[in-house]
Amino acid sequence: MDYIGIFDAIGPNMIGPSSSHTAGAVSMALLARKLFGRPIQKVTFTLYGSFAMTYKGHGTDKALLGGTLGFATDDERIRDAFAIAEQRGILYEFIIDGKTQTEHPNTADIVMESADGYIQSVRGESTGGGKVKIVRINNIDVEFTGEYSTLIVRQTDKPGIVAHITQCLANQDVNIAFMRLFREDKGAAAYTVVESDEKIPESVLDEMKSNPNVHELMLIEV
Amino acid sequence: MDFKNSAELLSLCEENEIPISEVMKMREMTEGGLSEILLRQKMKRVIDIMERGTHEPLVSPQKSIGGLIGGEAKRAAEFARESTPICGTTLSKALAYSMAVLEVNATMGLIVAAPTAGSSGVVPGALIAVKEEYHLSEECLEKGLINASAIGYLLMRNASVSGAEAGCQAEVGAASAMAAAALVEMLGGTVQMSLEAASIAISNLLGLVCDPIAGLVEAPCQSRNAIGVSNAFTCAQLALSGVRHPIPFDEMAESMYKVGRSIPYELRETAMGGNAGTPTGCSLCSK
Repeated sequence: MDYIGIFDAIGPNMIGPSSSHTAGAVSMALLARKLFGRPIQKVTFTLYGSFAMTYKGHGTDKALLGGTLGFATDDERIRDAFAIAEQRGILYEFIIDGKTQTEHPNTADIVMESADGYIQSVRGESTGGGKVKIVRINNIDVEFTGEYSTLIVRQTDKPGIVAHITQCLANQDVNIAFMRLFREDKGAAAYTVVESDEKIPESVLDEMKSNPNVHELMLIEV
Repeated sequence: MDFKNSAELLSLCEENEIPISEVMKMREMTEGGLSEILLRQKMKRVIDIMERGTHEPLVSPQKSIGGLIGGEAKRAAEFARESTPICGTTLSKALAYSMAVLEVNATMGLIVAAPTAGSSGVVPGALIAVKEEYHLSEECLEKGLINASAIGYLLMRNASVSGAEAGCQAEVGAASAMAAAALVEMLGGTVQMSLEAASIAISNLLGLVCDPIAGLVEAPCQSRNAIGVSNAFTCAQLALSGVRHPIPFDEMAESMYKVGRSIPYELRETAMGGNAGTPTGCSLCSK
């Protein structure tokens, strides 16, 4: 059972009104921003299910944009997210999709674009109490929460890549808490998600990149 | 130092002759790995947010994003100041404070979930009003909050604090039990009295449904926070006077969870029944 402490019962500190529809929305966009890892020029959000039905009254739109701007769940600038995005020259769009059925009622797709045309799509679920899950990156189903130090590797699905990843982590003394492989088709693009209790040093990334079948590395520090 | 129910908490308090807040604090350091300095810092930030949340809407009220509330806390505070309120000065202040926090929450302001956003007014409303009216120290308020977190932790662990899972009794009911136990410790009651207060508080709100109009954390949530405060005051006073609840806290927690699970789906944060399901509630929903 997860530890429940003083500041879980008297906490978290958060921008209201709803832990699932506001704080959770901030967290999933913040994760998408970390996964994107470069300046954002444009962002498009698609809201499904309960998000689509009640986003206005819960400020889910401002929360998603606030997370995209890098604000934490207790950042009072979230209320002014639209104005701040405009000041920073970030374009944003909301698509309200009340029809498409998603697995979880509180689901959003977040598509980020950079000035040089790099595009990444991330699907997040707000699972309650402010907790979130990333369940899709660029059409490949994945699953992680960002509660641990997380390394996401985009690779070609070929023999030896997973061994390479674990060897690089072992060389830097990183203890793996969870590790999973997600792929679309055999031999095509795949993601390895590694979660660790401790900080994953950035120096791991250089060694890992040396393999030609490793295409992209995304590091989420807690 | 750890405990997983109120019976274990009580024996730790008795063995070491320390209050609930002290056991919870030591647990946070031994089990949670938090240093005393960091704990104080985090607590200071919590108190800061709570102080602002309980006071700001009394000076500058705002309309909620859903449009169902705004200005109630200021009105309640002014009425209490200008009349001889039937709730008395301390409780009247606490009612206004708790409603103020819900207004902050509904206007995308900063709050401390205690234990949830929808019930975030009860603990700060009750504790800060009593601190002010009884001229208690900030340290005493800190102890109260830590005491409240111990009760909150037990309900999170052994029952539920989710309206979607167990109704409003699990949100405002839990917050009310937390505040009741905390008030007892702040006012010099025993550990046993704190637990009695929490048990009565849960018992009094057992079965309370979660029926937010239009699915928004606005109404009836705001006035439910006020009833959470009144209930906490009542139960703290009864416990301090030596009134006991025949059922121990751990059984009340279990019972609250069981009752919660048997509340129909329509009355568990789905905005389909109760206030939300009335013709007027439905028409507000489609706005």
